[in-house]
Amino acid sequence: MTVRLIRSIVGLALTSAILAVIMYRLNSPLAAVFELSVCSGLISVIFVTTVSFTQRISNEKLAIRRKERLLRFWYLPIILIAAGVLLSQHLLVPHFSWPVLEPAKELDVRNVLWNARHLDLIGQVVMLLAGALGVVVLFKEPKK
Amino acid sequence: MFSLFILVPLILLFVLNLPVNFISRAAVGLAGVFLLIQVLLALLHTLLPWVTYPDILGAFFAFNLYVDNLTLVMLLTIGIVAFVSLMVAAGTIAQERQKFYFVNLLLICVIGMNTIVLVRDIFSLYIFIEITSVTSFILIALQKNKSAIEGTFKYLILSAIATVFMLTALAFFMLACGDLSFAAIHSAFFNPGASFALKLATSLFLCGLFIKSGVAPFHGWLPDAYSAAPSCVSVLLAGIVTKVAGVYVLLRLFGSVFVLNPSLQNILLLVGAFSIVLAALAALTQDDFKRLLAYSSISQVGYIILALGCGTPLAFAGAVFHFFNHAIFKSLLFVNSAVLEKQFGSTDMNKLAGLGAKAPVTGFTSLIGMLSTAGIPPLSGFWSKLIIIIALFSAGRFVYAGIALLASVLTLAYFLAFQRRVFFGKTDSALEHVGKISFGLRFSEVSLAIITAVAGLIFVFAHNNWVLPLRGIFW
Repeated sequence: MTVRLIRSIVGLALTSAILAVIMYRLNSPLAAVFELSVCSGLISVIFVTTVSFTQRISNEKLAIRRKERLLRFWYLPIILIAAGVLLSQHLLVPHFSWPVLEPAKELDVRNVLWNARHLDLIGQVVMLLAGALGVVVLFKEPKK
Repeated sequence: MFSLFILVPLILLFVLNLPVNFISRAAVGLAGVFLLIQVLLALLHTLLPWVTYPDILGAFFAFNLYVDNLTLVMLLTIGIVAFVSLMVAAGTIAQERQKFYFVNLLLICVIGMNTIVLVRDIFSLYIFIEITSVTSFILIALQKNKSAIEGTFKYLILSAIATVFMLTALAFFMLACGDLSFAAIHSAFFNPGASFALKLATSLFLCGLFIKSGVAPFHGWLPDAYSAAPSCVSVLLAGIVTKVAGVYVLLRLFGSVFVLNPSLQNILLLVGAFSIVLAALAALTQDDFKRLLAYSSISQVGYIILALGCGTPLAFAGAVFHFFNHAIFKSLLFVNSAVLEKQFGSTDMNKLAGLGAKAPVTGFTSLIGMLSTAGIPPLSGFWSKLIIIIALFSAGRFVYAGIALLASVLTLAYFLAFQRRVFFGKTDSALEHVGKISFGLRFSEVSLAIITAVAGLIFVFAHNNWVLPLRGIFW
């Protein structure tokens, strides 16, 4: 089970890396950098750390779960393929017009992030503090 | 000045975690002083609105905060309930380390809630909603027992679903409006080209807020979270956290940002009425006092949602007044449950009986809280419910007004049943020993009961100056 979880995490990290490439190709280099560093890097590390807390299950339970897993979700590939076909034929997407917006050419994202969005920066700092405190409160063993 | 409501608790958080012994021992006191100052500043600004305060940090931080009457009511309520929660924690948490962690988490939660009521930008609003949610998860699981972790897990899963809805809504708002400020979103509603995107975004955001508010049928997490959490955390969650992170955001957005159309109004009215009735009926069947109060909370929030759906300025003023009243009397009732748990070791109503003589102050203050919840005059809950019902009648919503009126009878029924079971009858021999409670717990009970009674008694004199001006915030 642990090996499979690690494979899932590696898959997630690879997906985030591909998404970062797509963002770069769509002329959003800073978004690509955040995606690569945070989602592909930091979040994968957090997941691996969490998985390290898990316990191995017995071989009998593992064998039962292997058999059940694919059977339980047999319909998912069918739904995905059907949705892909319908979307490509524009059968699922309703016809509406989005308002045309001019991109903000004068504002650099670094300028916006560091000069105009101080409250969001405070929010990020507080969120990190909350996360760190949460790990200490929930996972630290009390001194005996 | 209002940036201090965000920065001072943040600085206090860093100070408390310095490696100096006496500072960590004084954590409860320091946090209590800050919260009392918040209450006093909010009251002062309400009573003396012409006095201006220098924006000391305005040159260093571009916070773009905005204060109106609704913000002041919220800051006052946050200060009162957070202070009471701190008093309950000081009286019920035995381990010093755990108490210290609670103070730290409370400060982060207060930073989140203060910022939610001060911002004028939906993205910042979302960030600080998530901050209060994350601290709530940790607080519920503070004592790390099985039921608390189960309650946290349920809240976490449903909150994650709410997050997905809200983030998707933010993306659509950005697409339709080009900006995420309240003013830009409000003006986009008058642009015919963006109507589908805005309707979709509004609906998604509404679903997210319903989950955060814990209204029926999105309330699955609430009774388990409230009943399994430590008493001080139940006071905080029920009294203010879910109210600010869910109900206040609904009031702010649907009162002055989104444009209410008839279909949205009908959704709000239906959800409100459903919450009121379903939760009141569920409360009738509860044996645990904290679960009964959790369902009662869902029912009372239904009144606020009903008022919002009514869509008139008077209903909005009634909703805000009921928000304040509910925060106070629900906190009072959860403090009563903390006292019962501390003194008699249980909140199971099957095990508690004949406690009227052994806990007279708790019995009397719980009676005040319950009568106010049920809308009995002259307590504060009567006036806010009356305003909501009058607003519904005036708007032609007779069926909903009738439901709101009849549900008060249900509220009275389950609370009177509780009073009869717990405070009347013969005392069980197992309850002969009465545990001691701290001054903080007793002070919290008595002061909240006084606020409930005084808010009702002075309403007749204060409604022109303090309650009716809230109508002006409604767009």
